[in-house]
Parts: sequence; structure tokens; C-alpha cells
Amino acid sequence: MNMMSEAAVEKALDQKMNTVPFKMIGKDVSVYYGEKRALFDVNLNVRENTVTALIGPSGCGKSTFLRTLNRMNDTIDSCRVTGKITLDEGDIYDPSIDVVELRARVGMVFQKPNPFPKSIYENVTYGPKIHGLARTKAELDQIVESSLQKAGLWNEVKDRLHESGTGLSGGQQQRLCIARAVAVSPEVILMDEPCSALDPIATAKVEELIHELRTNYTIVIVTHSMQQAARVSQRTAMFHLGNLVEENDTDKMFTNPDDQRTQDYIMGRFG
Amino acid sequence: MTDMTSSVQSTFVRPAQARRDIGIKKRYAAERRFKAYGLAAILIGLFFLFVLLWTVVSKGYTAFQQTAITLPIEFSEQIIDPKNERGANPAKLMTANYPFLVRDALIKALGIDPANKPLVKQATDMVSASARTQLRDLVVANPAIIGTTANVSLLAEGNIDSANKGQIDLTVAEASRKVKDQQLEWMKKLTETGAMAKQFNTGLFTYGASSRPEAAGIGVAALGSLYMMLIVLVLALPIGVAASIYLEEFAPKNRLTDLIEVNINNLAAVPSIVYGLLGLSIFINFAGMPRSAALVGGLVLTLMTLPTIIIATRAALKAVPPSIRSAALGLGASKMQTIFHHVLPLAMPGVLTGTIIGLAHALGETAPLLLIGMVAFVVDYPGSPMDPSTALPVQIYMWANEAERAFVERTSGAIMILLIFLVVMNLGAILLRRRFERRW
Repeated sequence: MNMMSEAAVEKALDQKMNTVPFKMIGKDVSVYYGEKRALFDVNLNVRENTVTALIGPSGCGKSTFLRTLNRMNDTIDSCRVTGKITLDEGDIYDPSIDVVELRARVGMVFQKPNPFPKSIYENVTYGPKIHGLARTKAELDQIVESSLQKAGLWNEVKDRLHESGTGLSGGQQQRLCIARAVAVSPEVILMDEPCSALDPIATAKVEELIHELRTNYTIVIVTHSMQQAARVSQRTAMFHLGNLVEENDTDKMFTNPDDQRTQDYIMGRFG
Repeated sequence: MTDMTSSVQSTFVRPAQARRDIGIKKRYAAERRFKAYGLAAILIGLFFLFVLLWTVVSKGYTAFQQTAITLPIEFSEQIIDPKNERGANPAKLMTANYPFLVRDALIKALGIDPANKPLVKQATDMVSASARTQLRDLVVANPAIIGTTANVSLLAEGNIDSANKGQIDLTVAEASRKVKDQQLEWMKKLTETGAMAKQFNTGLFTYGASSRPEAAGIGVAALGSLYMMLIVLVLALPIGVAASIYLEEFAPKNRLTDLIEVNINNLAAVPSIVYGLLGLSIFINFAGMPRSAALVGGLVLTLMTLPTIIIATRAALKAVPPSIRSAALGLGASKMQTIFHHVLPLAMPGVLTGTIIGLAHALGETAPLLLIGMVAFVVDYPGSPMDPSTALPVQIYMWANEAERAFVERTSGAIMILLIFLVVMNLGAILLRRRFERRW
């Protein structure tokens, strides 16, 4: 039953991408670091239960845009964001919005695996604990198991949950970080080049995982690898010099892009 | 044509090779020289460390032994309480003439004619004047001892102790010598009968200040130091850590915080005597706190230790990788939760190391304590930090000014004890760092 519905969702997503509703809407988003402007009026929408890949050369603003989606840019003193970003119609930069709540709904996985130097179990339970998602030890155990299973890590670590998370291999650490993000039941997961520090085998595992996570979560992923974008995403957005060049279905983007710059970048002519 | 090619080849090959050889030789020579400089510096350092330790230990190890004379003391009622008033007035026991007990015991043990006053005086001079309080305490604690005879181990007088340890030059003429020939003869006799012997000097650790070296110890000073260390720990650690967390994590980076940072670094370099003056004017003259109290000393040392702790804590907080902060913030932890759940625990080894080093520094500090009146002759244990007390390094300073031979060894002995404290604290800091340091 469950499997069928998942398959059905996937099919629907792949066929009618343009009809999928928007989860997050970015309107005229500009970001300034002090005097320097890093993003120029970006209009980019993120569709529900879709993997959206952000590509573009280094320094083009794709990570900056990603970090505006859960207000991680707030931690940088000189950073200023203008424009409007909504999550399910709610403005996330509204002064009444609690950033803690926002980040519980929009989780993040970073470029370098960054597990806490604590046990695997504590890594996964930290989020649920601070958000009060579990009352008893049994509930926590349940969250740990389901999160690690979603991250495809359960079978590898179930016998050593109380060993340090930093003792895992790089790929396992990154999947632990994904499990940690999943544990707070977010709606959107942001991934900032999640495979750039991993070897090809670990990368393949994480990509497979992203593919599976799509059925339950909306995913935005920044990547430098064209192949990765083509493999994991349904929508792709191309950034260049702080501007959004083009946003399209991934298939179209990699076969017949509308913009010449996209064509050049994908063909490796600049970047 | 062939000439040209060969000449081109040779000019092309030879200078290049020559250049490379010279460069490599020079580089290796420079490296060897640098290594030699480093080795020399370390050897010089080790040499001076060895000289320091050798001087202190060779002078001071004898301080841990003390000559004692064990005599059968007859607690005669005639001398202690001739009129039998102790039932009605126990204070009588406090003022009894206890030295007479020692005198009588010596006369019996050495076989001296009691009528020969100068000889009797020489004999009684061999026993420390602290025998009076020692016997008094025995009798007051147990009045039933009166009328019996008990073997009591009495401290030998400082010069006799020095003579027994072979520290007095016996080739000097008797008249200008502190220890007379007759006394030396008695010492030989007492040693042969086993009455005089060297024993471990527990008094060095328990007694307070005294003008008699055999009755002087670092106990009172050590308690004063302990009070101050506790005050420093209780005040400087939380204030320092809180200030560092605010400055490092919350404070906006602007001119004011830059100024504060520069000032904190400057304060760490301010001579400690200035802190003493500050404490004198603020805590004693303005706030009216008591002089030579461990409380004031602790406050002054707290001010002095704060910059050290703040600098160490900020460095430790800075060393926590930003990825840990991002991870916690990305999960929706507040800034406060991020710091107290993740950053501070990871910085804790560095914080504790800084604190222990700051404490060790404060423990050895003397100059500011001189100005707040802690260079004092304190005989009794301070009951609270408000009572007059002194500190370990100040006690060393005071003993170093004394003339008696027995104080020389006690000065070095006290330095050894202080050094052991410092080494233990620094070792603790190193072990903490080894044990809890995390690697990323």
C-alpha cells in the first residue's frame, strides 16, 4: 500500500513537474555582505517533494541562496537579506517568525560532515530533545531507529549506537548528519554540496538516499557536479554572478537549455 | 657547428649543476645550524633548571628532618601545681612553670650538678623554648599525667639541630660559636643513649610563624594560600568564563569590543604589584575590609588571574570548529543552547588548563600580598578568610630574611614544597588537556 503510493507519487512528480505546488517561494531575493551584493533579485520557487539542484560556478551565490532558506545567514553579522521568502505561504523573514521553529521545519546538511563529537545516539537525539519531540526514552529510541533507517545507516551502526559519531567513515558521518536532520521531522532539507568530501561509493549511497528522501521531504541541493544534479534532481536552477540564469526541469536543462550561459556551463566552456 | 653545439651544451649544463649544488649545501648547512642553536638553547635552559633545583634541594632537603631529644619527664605536682589549685582553677595549669620539668629531666639525664647555674643554663638551652607549650598542652589535655613520669620527645633548639646535621663549622673558636663544646659533648652522649635522634619534621607542615626555627612551619601560611586559591577559583572561573563567552560569542565586533580586548591583553601584562596597590586602595581603604586577610588577598589575586583565564577561554572557544556551531544552529538550537551544549563543553579542557595555570601563577604571587599587609607574623591558623593570615610565598620571603642557619634550610624546604604544589597543578593541567582534548 505504502510502496504503491510512493511509486505513484514519484511517477506523478516525474511526469507533471509543472503542476507540483510550491513549497517555498523566493521573490526578489537579494543578499548583501556589508557593501558587497551577493545575490541580485533572485526569483526561485521550490516545489514540494522535489529535489531542486542549484548549480553554477564557485562564488555565484547558490550557497548564499540556500542559506537564506533557513536563515543561516543570520549568523553572519554583516549579512543583510531583502526580498521575500515564504514557506507554505508564511514569510520566513517576518519579525514574528521564530528562527528556531523555522530551522526545525527547514533542516540543513553541510558540505563537510560535521557530527557532534558525541555518540551516534546523542547526535540523532539532540534535535528531538531541544524541540521537545519525545517525552520518553522509548520514543527517543524509536526516533533514532527510524531516522537512521531513513538515512540508510541503521544496519551499519545499530550495534554501536553509543560509540562516537566522529569514529565513523566520511560517508557514514554524512549519512549520520542526514539522519540528525531527519530526526526533527523537517519539511524541507537543504544540502550544501553534501558529497564534495566523499568518495564515489559514499557519494552513490548519499545520492540514492536523496532519491528515497524525496517522497517525504522537499530537498534543495547545491552541487558542483553536473552528473550529480542530473542524477538526483527533478528541477535545476543555474546561478551566475549572483543572478539566477535559468530554472527548468532537469531533463530539459541538460538537453536543451533556454539560456546560452547554461549551455556553456554544462558543456564545460566556463566555470 | 659541432663546436657551437658542444659549447652551448656545456654552458647550459655546468652552471645549472653548480648552482644547484651550492644551494643545497647552503640549505643543509643552515638547517644544521638552526638545529644546533635550538639544541644549545635547550641545553642552557636545562642547565639553569638543574642548577636551580640542585641549589634548592641540596640546601633544603635537611629541612624535612628535625632533631628531637627524648627525655623521661617527671610531671611533678610540686612544680606544676604546688598548692593543688587545679580543681578550683584549671587556668593554673596554663601558667605553671613547665621549663623546670625539662631542666630537671636534663639534670638527671646528663648528670649535672644542679648548683652549677651556667652549666644548667647551657643544658636547658639545648631544648627548644617551645617545650613549654608542648608540655603544657600535654598536661591540659590529660591532667591525670601529673605525678607520673613519661618519655616526651622534645624539639632540639635550632642551633643544636643545625650542629646535629653537621651544618655548624666546628673549627671556629668556641667563644664565637653558637654551640659550645660542652653541648657538643652532651649531644654525643645523648645520641649514644638514643635520646637524641633525627626524625621526620612534621612540624614544618603544621606549625605557623615562629622566631624559633625549630617551631616554625608553613602550615598557617599554606592554609592562607588555600583560602585565597578557593576565593580565586570561585570568583575568577565563573566571571572569566562568562566574560569570555560574552565577548567571543555575543558581543558585536566594533571599536568598543576591540578596545576591551586590547585592555584585557594589557591587564595580563600589568605588574602584579600594581594589583596590590589597587587592592589596597579599593578593598582596604575604600571598602574597609580587614588588613592581611585572605579575603582581600583572594580578591586581588582574582583580579590578577582574570585576564589569564579570559585569554585562555577565548582561545579555547575560538578553537572549536565553526562547523559544530553550524550543525547545532542548523538543527534549530538557539545561540545559548549551541554554546552551552556544544561549544563550551568542547572548550572546557582549554578553559580548565588556563584556570589551573592562572591559579598556579596566583599561588606563587608575592608582591601584591606585601602591599595588602599579608607579610605578617601569623602564629595561629586563620579560622576564616577574614582573619589575619599569610601565604606560602610570603612565608618564604620572610624566612629568607632570617639570620639563623636553621631558617636557611627551611626557606629552601618551603620552596621545595611550593614547587611541588606548582608542578602538581601544572601536571594536572597537562593531564586534563591530554584526557579531554578532542581532535577533529
